[in-house]
Amino acid sequence: MEQMTYTISIYAENNVGLLSRVSAIFLKRHININSLNISLSEIENVSRFVIVVHITEEQVQKIVKQIEKQIEVIKAFYHTDEETIFQESALYKVSSKSLFEQRHIQNVIKKSHANIVTVNPDFFVIEKTGFREETEQLYNDLAPFGLLQFVRSGRISVTKSAMEISHILKELSD
Amino acid sequence: MKSIKTKSIQELKSPGQPIIGAEAVVRCLVAEGANLIYGYPGGAIMPVYDELYKFQDYIHHVLVRHEQGAVHAAQGFARVSGNVGVCMATSGPGATNLVTGIADAMIDSTPLVCITGQVPSHLLGSDAFQETDIIGISTPVTKWSYQVTRAEEIPEILAKAFYIARSGRPGPVLIDITKDAQFASFDYSYKPCRSVRSYKPVPETDLNDLKKAAELINSAKKPLIVWGQGVILGKAEEEFKAFVEQSGIPAAWTILGASALATEHPLNVGMVGMHGNYAPNLLTNECDLLIAIGMRFDDRVTGDLNTYAKQAKIIHFEIDPAEVNKNVTVDVAVMGDVKNTLAAITPMVESQAYKDWLHRFDELDKIEFDKVIDTELNPTKPGLTMGEVIKAINASSGGDAAIVTDVGQHQMIACRYAEFTTSKSNITSGGLGTMGFALPAALGAKMGAPEREVVAVIGDGGFQMNIQELGTIFQTQAAVKIVILNNDFLGMVRQWQQLFFDKRYASTEMVNPDFVQIAKGYFIEAKRVDNREDMNAAVEEMMRSDKPYLLEVCVEKENNVFPMIPSGASVSDIRLE
Ligand SMILES: Cc1ncc(C[n+]2csc(CCOP(=O)(O)OP(=O)(O)O)c2C)c(N)n1
Repeated sequence: MEQMTYTISIYAENNVGLLSRVSAIFLKRHININSLNISLSEIENVSRFVIVVHITEEQVQKIVKQIEKQIEVIKAFYHTDEETIFQESALYKVSSKSLFEQRHIQNVIKKSHANIVTVNPDFFVIEKTGFREETEQLYNDLAPFGLLQFVRSGRISVTKSAMEISHILKELSD
Repeated sequence: MKSIKTKSIQELKSPGQPIIGAEAVVRCLVAEGANLIYGYPGGAIMPVYDELYKFQDYIHHVLVRHEQGAVHAAQGFARVSGNVGVCMATSGPGATNLVTGIADAMIDSTPLVCITGQVPSHLLGSDAFQETDIIGISTPVTKWSYQVTRAEEIPEILAKAFYIARSGRPGPVLIDITKDAQFASFDYSYKPCRSVRSYKPVPETDLNDLKKAAELINSAKKPLIVWGQGVILGKAEEEFKAFVEQSGIPAAWTILGASALATEHPLNVGMVGMHGNYAPNLLTNECDLLIAIGMRFDDRVTGDLNTYAKQAKIIHFEIDPAEVNKNVTVDVAVMGDVKNTLAAITPMVESQAYKDWLHRFDELDKIEFDKVIDTELNPTKPGLTMGEVIKAINASSGGDAAIVTDVGQHQMIACRYAEFTTSKSNITSGGLGTMGFALPAALGAKMGAPEREVVAVIGDGGFQMNIQELGTIFQTQAAVKIVILNNDFLGMVRQWQQLFFDKRYASTEMVNPDFVQIAKGYFIEAKRVDNREDMNAAVEEMMRSDKPYLLEVCVEKENNVFPMIPSGASVSDIRLE
């Protein structure tokens, strides 16, 4: 079976140990996590994990079941890229000298639709949110000017279809 | 054994004033009916032990000789009784010594609540004396775990622990309690847990699946049932028997399913898997419908998945959604508790005779009998076989004993030849294959079912893995019958070396101590036999004893267990020699 990129979304109770339970499921199967993001969700006290993996559909199905089996997990889903709206954010820290001395960098920034977050005499920080290719393109474009620091967030994603977690929660608590 | 009587929760007055966390732990145990627990004290759990001292009329605590003994004893207790087993240990090494048993309980779905002490919360993460991250260590092998750092959390968390351990597909839960939480006072009240909002223990059954399953069953010509421990865990033995009898379908068991249906039942066609019976293994690849009930298609059952029951339609009765289509893709999954789903499907099933199909089993049984069973049970050579010892136990117990086995050749022989009349009678480490399991598990089983005969069948290797629990058996006087099948080898590994490593017996020969002297050192009655006549008499004597008793039987050193499906081979490639 062909490997593909899947986004796993997990709705779970806020709990100290859950991240380690979830990551242990991947570890046990020797599967690498490409990115992981944990945040609030649309429901109070429920957190949302977004995990990106590159595996077969059979593997992702089994993993999602194992994740759902964890006591604190309310529901887990997996989706292909086509089924989700997803983004990553990247921050680029560049020396201010290059901004003033090398005009070309200003064109790069403009062209990329990136935002300048902060500028001070020593460095400035650019933020770009988009697909992986876009943040990578900007990385490649900025690299010649000397990147002082670079960091990219995990993928965050919402699905095109409804998730109906509130509904599930209501059923569970009835 | 002195009979253990404890007072019940009804006799326990509520405190009427704030109590400390440690007392709350003990009160919660009483409230959950956990009046028999196994453990070992130490610094970080001392406040709880102090309360156990005060509440000894309510809870009987058994002091084991090693924490691994505590967890296996709790497993034996749980497996024989169907109740949650409880064990307790201190932080650090006490807690880590539990891990093997927790992993064993996880893979064999045994309900346990394990309570560990932890360093005071202000020291967490400081590498304090006897601090280990037991939550981190045990996460992959627990159904649930939680670290309590405030006394107020104790009643709710313990209630939840028991609920999670026993509901749905059971499993071990670990609760780690910091010492300051054990000492802190709070207003105690206890409410049993009946649900956890993010946890659905039993999935809903879809009526359409039941209908589809019934259609497949009613149109099958050569159906085969394979049942597992789910029938026992679901307390569904009656429903299962009714289903088997109504349908007339031959039924085979996995090692953990053994005893759910009496050995003598005419439709019980034996064990599947690596050392299972010839007929059900071979006919797995001949049946037109495989009905899997509360089992999980372990690789020791299926052998090579690419050649497993490919010709058959498959129905899976299962409580755990993660088990469906995990190893074997099925045609119909009937989700839910087998107690309900079996009761629901039985009236939908037409009674049939399957005469020719059952005849196939008889034919193959005959081959297995001639090639394997007869020589094992009725040997003519002087050397004792393991099988004839089991046969002697059967003869003496009438099949009513609970048999607790360790891991190795003796385990396979015991599971193959032990006769069972009663459910929950085959207590063995199936999924993890933990040597050292049997001695403490037998102690727990005897205490969990004092009215029953409990016989531990152990190899000379595995016996020495938790040999120290003879001390606990002596102290409790639990009348466990211990049979060591001594071949002076790590027999099962030696068998593999013989068959697959050109007889290079690397580190499998054992120079053994005098087991009888060791038992006598613990004031346990003991005997050694090495010939047939003495063996039969000694088994009789042992079974008649109302005290703990150890019988060492010197068996043939280099016998092998057959049939055998070599690891990774197809069930069709089962070997008789
Ligand atoms: C803790 C542990 N270590 C190693 C093994 C691997 N192993 C499986 S069977 C076996 C031999 C058991 O020998 P013994 O207890 O003498 O029983 P026999 O096979 O001779 O009946 C070994 C070493 C195991 N199952 N468990």
